[in-house]
Amino acid sequence: MSEDVYEIRLTVNGVPRSARAPARRLLSDFLRHDLGLTGTHVGCEHGVCGCCTVLLDGAPVRSCLMFAVSARAHEVTTVEGLGGPDGSLGPVQRAFQECHALQCGFCTPGFLVAVTALVRDARAAGRAGPTEEEVLEGISGNLCRCTGYQNIVKAVHRAADLMAEHGAEDGGEP
Amino acid sequence: MTTRMFGEPIQRREDPRLLAGRGRYLDDLGHGALAAAFVRSPHAHARVLDIDVTDALDVDGLVAIYTYEDLPERVADPLPLLIPHPALTHGRTGYPLANGIVRHVGEPVAMVVATDPYVAEDIVDLIQVNFEPLPAVVGIENAVRAERLVHDDVPGNVGAHLVQEVGDAPLAVDTAPHRLEFRLDIERSASTPLEGRGVYARPDASDGSIRVYSSTQTSTSVRFAIAAKLGLPATKVEVIAPDVGGGFGVKIVHPWPEEILVSWAARVLGREVKWAEDRREHFVSSAHERGQVQFVRVGFDDEGRVLGLDVRFLHDHGAYTPYGIIVPIITSTQLLGPYKVGAYRAEFTSLYTNTVIVTPYRGAGRPQGVFCMERTMDRIAEHLGRDRAEVRSANFIQPHEFPYDQGLVFQDGRPLIYDSGNYPEALEKVKEMIGWDEFPGRQEKAAAQGRRLGIGLACYVEGTGVGPYEGGHVQVDSAGRVHVSTGLTSQGQGHGTVFAQIVAEELGVPIDAVEVTTGDTRRFSYAVGTFASRAAVLSGNAIALACRRLREKALRIAGEALEADPGDLEIVDGIVRVVGNPRTAIPLRTVAVLANPLRYAFDEEAVRATQFARSSGDDGPPVPEDDEPGLEGRDYYSPVRSTFASGMHAAVVEVDPDTAEVRILRYAVVHDCGRMINPTIVEGQVHGGVAQGIAGALYERMAYDESGQLLNASFMDFLMPYATEIPRITTGHLETPSPLNPLGIKGAGEAGVIPVSAVIASAIEDAEGIRIARMPISPDELFWLRRRAETGEVERTGVVKSDRAP
Repeated sequence: MSEDVYEIRLTVNGVPRSARAPARRLLSDFLRHDLGLTGTHVGCEHGVCGCCTVLLDGAPVRSCLMFAVSARAHEVTTVEGLGGPDGSLGPVQRAFQECHALQCGFCTPGFLVAVTALVRDARAAGRAGPTEEEVLEGISGNLCRCTGYQNIVKAVHRAADLMAEHGAEDGGEP
Repeated sequence: MTTRMFGEPIQRREDPRLLAGRGRYLDDLGHGALAAAFVRSPHAHARVLDIDVTDALDVDGLVAIYTYEDLPERVADPLPLLIPHPALTHGRTGYPLANGIVRHVGEPVAMVVATDPYVAEDIVDLIQVNFEPLPAVVGIENAVRAERLVHDDVPGNVGAHLVQEVGDAPLAVDTAPHRLEFRLDIERSASTPLEGRGVYARPDASDGSIRVYSSTQTSTSVRFAIAAKLGLPATKVEVIAPDVGGGFGVKIVHPWPEEILVSWAARVLGREVKWAEDRREHFVSSAHERGQVQFVRVGFDDEGRVLGLDVRFLHDHGAYTPYGIIVPIITSTQLLGPYKVGAYRAEFTSLYTNTVIVTPYRGAGRPQGVFCMERTMDRIAEHLGRDRAEVRSANFIQPHEFPYDQGLVFQDGRPLIYDSGNYPEALEKVKEMIGWDEFPGRQEKAAAQGRRLGIGLACYVEGTGVGPYEGGHVQVDSAGRVHVSTGLTSQGQGHGTVFAQIVAEELGVPIDAVEVTTGDTRRFSYAVGTFASRAAVLSGNAIALACRRLREKALRIAGEALEADPGDLEIVDGIVRVVGNPRTAIPLRTVAVLANPLRYAFDEEAVRATQFARSSGDDGPPVPEDDEPGLEGRDYYSPVRSTFASGMHAAVVEVDPDTAEVRILRYAVVHDCGRMINPTIVEGQVHGGVAQGIAGALYERMAYDESGQLLNASFMDFLMPYATEIPRITTGHLETPSPLNPLGIKGAGEAGVIPVSAVIASAIEDAEGIRIARMPISPDELFWLRRRAETGEVERTGVVKSDRAP
């Protein structure tokens, strides 16, 4: 027995990409193993830990709970797409470094992606950044086993500050 | 002057790569490798009668299926018993694949290799294993009852029995003015790193070697284990720990069955093979920790000073004992904490159950010991009607009493002698941070509003930096780059930063010139591993000593080149110069060139070191007899015994009068790990530890049913806390240097987790007025405790009555 494979075209980090994969291929595995974007991590494969979070058309989703074929023709942003085109770190990434918001780094890509959307939405609503309560709520879909979340919370506020300092273009679309 | 580096809160140098998604974790490697998957036992205890692979044979992509019968000599042997101890009279280990019998759910029974992980898992589902289920032993009470046995040849399910004592504790208890007797329980939990285990093996048929990547806490020892199992000289085996997504103890165990099997299969097949554990596998086939039942007898005087402490406890070590009895040994020794007790006796029985093996998880037996001692302190305070902090204070070892010999043997086989500490100051500090003295007023005011607040406190001492040794190698190249390597591994502790700080400070080089490699046997092959809060102490000091050797050599060569006395030289910003005359100087990179006499000028710098360029003043050989070429230093640090870090935590909790939900309003930590290399990183370690402690106090447990099924083997049911469950943590630091090592440092990795269950239990008890003797505690359990307290089934605090051990 062998499986049918499908051509899957989508946009990843602003670049049109395509690869062939079977219907049951998870988006997380497709990104990691078919497109070679191993920055997206897989920590539980049942949608709880948040390590595999990516933006799908700008909204955070668990890439382990979605088939790659379902992402056809959509726009996906992964951690690799959060920096500048010159390879520099984006504001959320810089904030995480400044605040020591990562240790082993395994959960970090999921947090970075989720926080990017969180801060963006707060700013889009005309505010300087998310409130403390919104920060806790906004990252409460991501598990971290190393940091006790203390410095991640700080980093989210810092990311909002950095985006405010540098303006929207540095805040990066998506 | 060179910027001071030791002690500075500099940003981590590993971060840019990890933040950009350019980390290299195990499953990021080996694109195109064959995939391994495992058939695991669904039974806690069963005979394997038959394994039928018929249905699997037609699957496209199948490469191989292996069962125990397929394994050759050595690979088929039982897994090693890593830490033999004379008290472990009935040590038992499993086989890489079940040899006729399985003893816990999750034990590997067959291995599948296929072209793709999805296909490998399909095949696992098609393999039919016929089991004959046997009665399972689950839980400490069933284990000690021994109506059923986990191993036929282990009577009473007893793996080990050990007594340590100082003085005559039973007598001291019996003759003390006051006596108490009670039982305490702590349930299972587990390290649960977000990255599971994983192995990727790359055989090289042309020279018979193999390179193995493993998500491990000890690459050097995995290398020796694989070499032994595959019958290879160690020189044919390289083991590399790539970026590791958390360890917390579970990855110090080795060789895991998968480390041997994946390496062996890769060689047999002549193909790269990779296995990455999934979350359910991690729950049922990696290690757990914590489960103990403790029976305490304590005798004390009117001031609350402990005159005798007699502790008997039962420890659940799961189905096998590959890591020996380190956890209960640590419990029984570290239980003493910062206190001097008159006479002490600790007796433990370590028991087999049909559950996942128990090996160290961050804290490694200390949380249990501290829970026991700190609950005891609270009981004494309550009995005497004294302040809980005051009773602790009455028992403290005083600053002038160091080194303090507890009279026991620690986990490293060395005497339990504390090196340094300042417990009274730590207590004062934590009391101030949490608002201890003002709390009763606050509590009363809250009570008037119908709110239930409670405050808790706990102290601990943590033996850190156990031997036997670590090493460090430092090399300056002709571009002025400083390459540092040490054999132990990293799982997020920031070794790439703190070790670079040590090197920058010791050598006087810019930190940007320093690159650090850990856990790669190609670079450094002698090491022990990363556990027991030992990396900074062991490798940090070894690297400092290696730097000092290198520095001495650099000054000697520079002295010759500058015609100056080495004693008059200093190194600043990577330049060796005469003190007070900075123009007489030579860059370290040039010294590196001169340190390696050359015949061939392979680049421009090398010209200076060739035979006709070097000044020939004497008749000696170009490389003197007692010297080596190159600007390098290598040294080892092997401590006589452990360093002892310490700390105190305090918390204020609020308990919902209706739902019994516990909310932590304030959490304060005072922590003393000697001189800090990087306070930001130390604080991060403390934060993470406290969060794991809170997890273990209020949320996480391993819920086994009576047949040995782990009912909560997923993140849906095993409640790892999110940011919403962890309060803001306030930290304060003391720095009492260790006199035992050149840098004066102690370990910090495990500290945060150790006293948390004790603190939270103390605070809930204070809020509720109901005895808390079992952790973790859920709202549901607290709710029913309240009900039982109403009917008198559970004691309220302040009711003086001696408990009896069953």
